[in-house]
Amino acid sequence: MAMEINTQDYQICYDPATATVSFIGSLRLSGPAEYAPIAHFLTKVADMEPTKITLNLQQLEFLNSSGINVLSKFIIEIRNTARVQMAVQGSQSISWHGKSLRNFQRLMPGLQLEFL
Amino acid sequence: MSADFLADYLTTFFPRNEDDPSTMERQAEIKSAVSYIANELLENAMKFNDETSEYPIAIKLQLESDGVIFSVANSISPQAVDKFQAYIHQLLTSEPSELYIQRLEKNAADESCTNSGLGLLTMLTDYTAKLGWKFQTVHKDPEVIAVTTMVQLTV
Repeated sequence: MAMEINTQDYQICYDPATATVSFIGSLRLSGPAEYAPIAHFLTKVADMEPTKITLNLQQLEFLNSSGINVLSKFIIEIRNTARVQMAVQGSQSISWHGKSLRNFQRLMPGLQLEFL
Repeated sequence: MSADFLADYLTTFFPRNEDDPSTMERQAEIKSAVSYIANELLENAMKFNDETSEYPIAIKLQLESDGVIFSVANSISPQAVDKFQAYIHQLLTSEPSELYIQRLEKNAADESCTNSGLGLLTMLTDYTAKLGWKFQTVHKDPEVIAVTTMVQLTV
């Protein structure tokens, strides 16, 4: 079952074979209400109960603070289930990744973070 | 997007040398940081702008030899001033990275959260920026208060 959100500015897709959610483009929606479809998308992924979920952010060029909040909230929810592992893939060539993605590890110490 | 335009324009003042990869990386980093900070400041200005006043939102970027100073001015409802100043006090007297995690945990637990409240915090934690604010009464009767948020980014 292919799951994806496609807009002019960003695409989000889920690959069930690898339980990977990939984010591509630029995310700068104005707040929780506008991010609701994305939050819902992530909840649907979690509901499938994979052993490990990977967030592939390698092609996420821009993320505003409301977006950081949405991803953080998802990571906290996964952490609280205590059943599902989490991995985040960033890019070595996108500046904000090096600055901001480490905070996800502070929220969930077991989270695997790699910069590809 | 206006934040990207500002970032693009600003990087012309930090020229890159095709033979020196570190200048290309530096330029990319500046562009990314300026884009993020300008976007957050503009989003905040638009969210908290006092709709009843006609005071315009203005953004100014000042180029220094070692960085950029952003100033964004917007009107703020007189009723919102106390709460905002209390928040500023909290920002200035707390450890930002602790406050950041606390805020994320609080937002995750709160279904009715309408504003992440992370914009200024991420500037402190992820961009080691310095923040400052100026409040002015620009008009009495009706009262119109303007707040200027300043962010100093060292690059």
